[in-house]
Amino acid sequence: MTLLLFDLVLIATLLTLAVAALTSVEPRRAVMLFIAFGLWLALVWARLGAPDVALAEAAIGAGLGGALMLAAARRAARRRQRTGGEG
Amino acid sequence: MSTQLLYGGAGVALCVLGLWAFLVHRPLLRKLIAINIMGSGVFHLLIALAERDGAPPDPVPHALVLTGIVVAVSATALALVFGRRLDEQGGVPEDER
Amino acid sequence: MNGPARLLVALLAAALGGLLLWVLATALAARPEPALAEAAFAALPLTGVGNPVTAVLLDYRAYDTLLELAVLLAALLGIWSLGPPAPAYQRAGSALRAMVAWVVPLLILTGGYLLWAGGQVPGGAFQGGALLGAAGVVLRLAGDPRAGLPGESLQRLLAVLGVGAFLLVGLTVLAFGRDLLDYPTDWSKWLILAIEGAATLAIGATLAAAYVGGRPPGEGR
Repeated sequence: MTLLLFDLVLIATLLTLAVAALTSVEPRRAVMLFIAFGLWLALVWARLGAPDVALAEAAIGAGLGGALMLAAARRAARRRQRTGGEG
Repeated sequence: MSTQLLYGGAGVALCVLGLWAFLVHRPLLRKLIAINIMGSGVFHLLIALAERDGAPPDPVPHALVLTGIVVAVSATALALVFGRRLDEQGGVPEDER
Repeated sequence: MNGPARLLVALLAAALGGLLLWVLATALAARPEPALAEAAFAALPLTGVGNPVTAVLLDYRAYDTLLELAVLLAALLGIWSLGPPAPAYQRAGSALRAMVAWVVPLLILTGGYLLWAGGQVPGGAFQGGALLGAAGVVLRLAGDPRAGLPGESLQRLLAVLGVGAFLLVGLTVLAFGRDLLDYPTDWSKWLILAIEGAATLAIGATLAAAYVGGRPPGEGR
């Protein structure tokens, strides 16, 4: 019962982070939420008995992917400020 | 069994959410985040199916997901460089988006 | 995209999600136990490594990993063919530089540990390579334009190191009358470790170069 509750909290947070990352308009905010989503996903995979994959997701998916996207988000944010619209 | 269904269902939900966001949002970065979350949903489904209620989990899907993560990040890096080049050339014209 | 089209996409996505959930539930209700896991664990002593995921990656399904390294190489070639990198960040202040001087050796050390430990416990070439790539990212953020990577010709060598070592080992065992990438049992552990070492360097260099995001400045222009 406690384990089920634990699972539900893990999954609810995961889905909330995904929705937040997908719906935020500001690029840097979206990327930050995507990084948080990736790290939380690594936590969920550790719960599912996949520590190898959790390590890889935390380091590659969230870490390097996030670093790559942050550099792009910085440019996108600057462009948004310049044009004042979507970009 | 119920653990697999619970977490597998979360994987399906992530995949569908990513697909929806990929289709409705225009900016490249948002599309990339959407497609990455879609991929994460597929990975999550595979990891959930590998879980076997107490017994050591199946290592074969784990290895598939591990290679998948690396391929996803390299594809993201390539897409971001394409996007930067596109910006340097003046971006996508409004009517071609 | 206008309002009605958005709504239609959302409805279709929800319908797809419902369908996939139904397929998942029926498949799980009818499914027998996976036989692949038992076979993977049974053959583990033959591979010389104790971590089943490493055994799958570098022994049973070594083809997958070889082609995956080739995909990584192809992505890097794509990035390099799109022209020079974005301008480097400005040089970091002394506090950040002092931190980088601590963090980078620590990342390299941890990467080496993960590579070695990957034979028995969670870890391996991908995680170790990712940490090396992260060291490159940290260096680039602190103002190093090349992210700690060597010159152009050496970078090319590093990028093909993973695929090269894999093919070298595969073709050598082929020359001794075995199948491609079917390692002899006594040598298995060391061959796997050699491939993993080369793959770690290649993955680390490729990820750092992908973060730089452009062709390295050098000869051949």
